[in-house]
Amino acid sequence: MNHSDQILSHGRILRYEFHERLTHWIAAGSYIYLMLTGLAFYSPWCFWIAALLGGGQVSRMLHPWAGLIFTGAILKMFSMWSAQMYPTGADKAWWDSIGHYIRNEDDQMPAAGRYNAGQKLLFWGFIICGVLLLLSGAILWFPEYVPWNLRFLRYLAVLIHPSAALLTIGLFLIHIYMSVFAERGAFGSIIRGDVSLAFAKRYHPGWYEEITGQPASPKK
Amino acid sequence: MSQATLRVQKMSGHAGSVPGDDAQREFTVCKLIDTTTCIGCKACEVACMEWNDLPFGETVFDNTYQTMPETRWNYWNLILFNEHEKEDGSLMWLMRKNQCMHCAEPGCLAACPADGAIVQYTNGIVDFQQANCIGCGYCITGCPFDIPKMNPKTNRVFKCTLCADRVSEGLEPACIKSCPTGCLHFGSKEDMKDLAEKRAKQLRDDYNFPQAGVYDPAGVGGTGVVYVLHDATRPELYGGLPSNPSIPWSVKLWKGPLKWLGNVAMVGGLIGLFVHYLRFGPKSREDEDIHPRGENP
Repeated sequence: MNHSDQILSHGRILRYEFHERLTHWIAAGSYIYLMLTGLAFYSPWCFWIAALLGGGQVSRMLHPWAGLIFTGAILKMFSMWSAQMYPTGADKAWWDSIGHYIRNEDDQMPAAGRYNAGQKLLFWGFIICGVLLLLSGAILWFPEYVPWNLRFLRYLAVLIHPSAALLTIGLFLIHIYMSVFAERGAFGSIIRGDVSLAFAKRYHPGWYEEITGQPASPKK
Repeated sequence: MSQATLRVQKMSGHAGSVPGDDAQREFTVCKLIDTTTCIGCKACEVACMEWNDLPFGETVFDNTYQTMPETRWNYWNLILFNEHEKEDGSLMWLMRKNQCMHCAEPGCLAACPADGAIVQYTNGIVDFQQANCIGCGYCITGCPFDIPKMNPKTNRVFKCTLCADRVSEGLEPACIKSCPTGCLHFGSKEDMKDLAEKRAKQLRDDYNFPQAGVYDPAGVGGTGVVYVLHDATRPELYGGLPSNPSIPWSVKLWKGPLKWLGNVAMVGGLIGLFVHYLRFGPKSREDEDIHPRGENP
């Protein structure tokens, strides 16, 4: 899509095209199901979730299939976004200023492009954990077919699967917090696709300049 | 599979206390298998199939005495056969009746996430409750003896119940009843250990088996099935009986430290994010209010 096509009327910029939004929500829907059923298998205190979702047998039966849907969505995300997610020199400066970001002092943050360093971490975290979850999950799907002399694979899988899942839950919580609660406008962008020019200028000045050809900050 | 007349002292995937825990009066039961007097007749295999009404499956002929390579979801009791060549070139036929060992600290139960799918009764019998089984197969990973087997049609796991239904009625397990040589015994753990040690001593003193001994591995807290072996220093000879079985390290790590770390991280993370919102609030009130960089709001 041309940059000029991304500039919409009423001072809006298109941030996510339809196929990007659809992919996101396929990943989100399957992930939430995987997380809830996974938590049910993770702790007896959460086993009631499995009962709520149709029972333990149903949850165990559908969890791997939801995993395959999630894997598909993750692969699509990789092909759509990985090129924009490679770390740049600016990301180092962003991490050095993370204290300002946490204290909502966004004026003092180095200019981010379409994705800031935190978003890139989220992306790569989900890609790497997604691969680990897929590999260990394949073993956990059919443990009865793993030969006895290869049982170390099962021993590894029961450790890797929950560990990687816990890491994604950490990323997921921060992702929800940032997009729904902290950065107003972010949630709308993954539903309707667009953000305000002000949003782009403030949070993604590099991306704003790329799209509009205008400087994001008068100081520059 | 079996009756509810037995009280439960341990329960898989269970939040809160267990009804029969700390309510024990009965003694722990135990099956004694004397491999030195087993002739491999498979009467115990047949009795197990009969009593438990297990559907028949095809056997496999592998040119030995053994009926099939390993136990199955519908074949809980299997004599494992090994033709062992001794240092002096003579042969020994080692027969070991293989089945669930009914560990005092069962790895299957530790690994199971389903509430009440695996229980341990106050008499020590470890039993699968297929009604509660979700088919995840974690018990297969938790077991150091390769015993739980999945029914591929129903995705539920089965194994020897030590005839908990018979035992709860004061009967001995079906396999014990069928044994023609008397190599199988059933009673209290204390009595069986006593009998086993006496037999091992007899083998050492009178039958020229200086390595004879009793197999009751401490790594799983002792077992509800104990063996007398001609050579207790090499249990692997007997169809791969592990010399020092224990719950796999990764299962212990997963169900112990990892779980607590994860719980603290998840709850701590939620609280942390909430406190962050209370302290700093959103980055802006509304999308439209966002002021560009370098401009005062």
